[in-house]
Amino acid sequence: MSKTRVVVTGLGATTPLGGDVPTTWEALLAGKSGVRTLTEEWAQEASVQFAARVAVEPSEVMERVEMRRLDRSEQFALIAAREAWKDAGSPDVDKTRLGVVVASGIGGVITLLDQYDILKTKGARSVSPHTVPMLMPNGPSANVGLELQAKAGVHTPVSACASGAEAIGYAMEMIRTGRADIVVTGGVEAAIHALPMAGFASMKALSTRNEDPTKASRPYDKDRDGFVLGEGGGIVVLESLEHAQKRGAKIYAEIAGQGLTSDGYHIAAPDPEGTGVTRALKFALEDSGVNLSEVVHLNAHATSTPAGDVAEANALGAALGEHISHVAVSATKSMTGHLLGGAGAIESIFCVLALHHRMAPPTINIENLDDAVTVDVVRDKPRALPAGPIVALNDSFGFGGHNVVLVFKSFEA
Amino acid sequence: MSVTQAEVLAGVKDIVVEVAGIDPTTIEMEKRFNEDLEVDSLSMVEVIVAAEEKFGVKIPDEEVTKMTTVADAVNFIVSAAK
Repeated sequence: MSKTRVVVTGLGATTPLGGDVPTTWEALLAGKSGVRTLTEEWAQEASVQFAARVAVEPSEVMERVEMRRLDRSEQFALIAAREAWKDAGSPDVDKTRLGVVVASGIGGVITLLDQYDILKTKGARSVSPHTVPMLMPNGPSANVGLELQAKAGVHTPVSACASGAEAIGYAMEMIRTGRADIVVTGGVEAAIHALPMAGFASMKALSTRNEDPTKASRPYDKDRDGFVLGEGGGIVVLESLEHAQKRGAKIYAEIAGQGLTSDGYHIAAPDPEGTGVTRALKFALEDSGVNLSEVVHLNAHATSTPAGDVAEANALGAALGEHISHVAVSATKSMTGHLLGGAGAIESIFCVLALHHRMAPPTINIENLDDAVTVDVVRDKPRALPAGPIVALNDSFGFGGHNVVLVFKSFEA
Repeated sequence: MSVTQAEVLAGVKDIVVEVAGIDPTTIEMEKRFNEDLEVDSLSMVEVIVAAEEKFGVKIPDEEVTKMTTVADAVNFIVSAAK
């Protein structure tokens, strides 16, 4: 039996490059960096003093009273979901056929830490009654679900930095298996705070290039020294092709399949052999039924860590063989920083737009390409993608050894 | 510390505006927190904690459950602050 076809009909985002999808995409093609020196007091004594904060603060687009009941990650989710839903034409859908799958890697960690400070300084009675709904990892998904009154199911897969991609894959399956006609899905993260930053720094996972923050995220460069923490999120509206066509929706692209595996190797380090990634890629290609020759673009996980970027590039070569030389690889974290649970979501949006506009975004900050990286990296300037049916891949990996590959396809009726 | 009903009403208004973000002119003594003022059970906890701090009173949980209207809260606070 052929699988139900699932298409992308709406996009929304708030990122370090822009408060919405059009401004983010424009800045991405222009090769701008969203990384900045942090001005908060706690950052002045930290070993890492920069990050990629969202370009537009939620307070600029959200009412104060609504904001105070929402964790920052939930604010990002609602802002991006509202844009995506509007972009999809605010579809008239049976609410029992509407689902939401929004992930976060860490959940409401800022709320947790701020309320703990209140507990210690002012006592238990002063802890906000909104604390639990704000810190729970399913909070972003739940709030989007409430706003849209989604009743087919509201879910939150959590797999660290693969969470956003895993959410989108889960959403696709909800439509494929007949549970929903439309699913609003993606990932968010709001973890720029002294404690998570200190934790990542302690693992030696973060770049320490304090003197030159916009050059710190440099995937595939010889002198890369770790990732740059980013915040924000991306939301896409997935819809069954039948439902989208019936209502005459604008279709950006098709989501054709996914591949999921786990490493069983180490809690944080990537398997240097990358076999888990290779298998995920193979499963994704099988699941989507695309021809390898149609794969022209890949938005890489490439976080700018010394070990991760090379392991991933090797795995891509192992899975795609000779064809890898025909794939334009973009590492957009060079501009956005690493949005953790939001990464797979915004990078899926970039894949969708790359197909839609036939344009692969650049990778910035590569001064000396690492000799171990043999993939064809799109450097400094965007690159046009060919006409005809084309496919873009998005791979994401998370601490814990989670591997997710999503397959997007130019839409051909 | 003794406070007048008008002073407490003004203070409670400020708190409800902060918590629920509604137009202060709609907040009157007979209005019900939940049904009329969008102060749900979670937000009510915020209102009570803020009121305790503002007027230096203790409002026991069993009293909170009896507070349906703004008048219920204002009258309790006025008597507790005497």
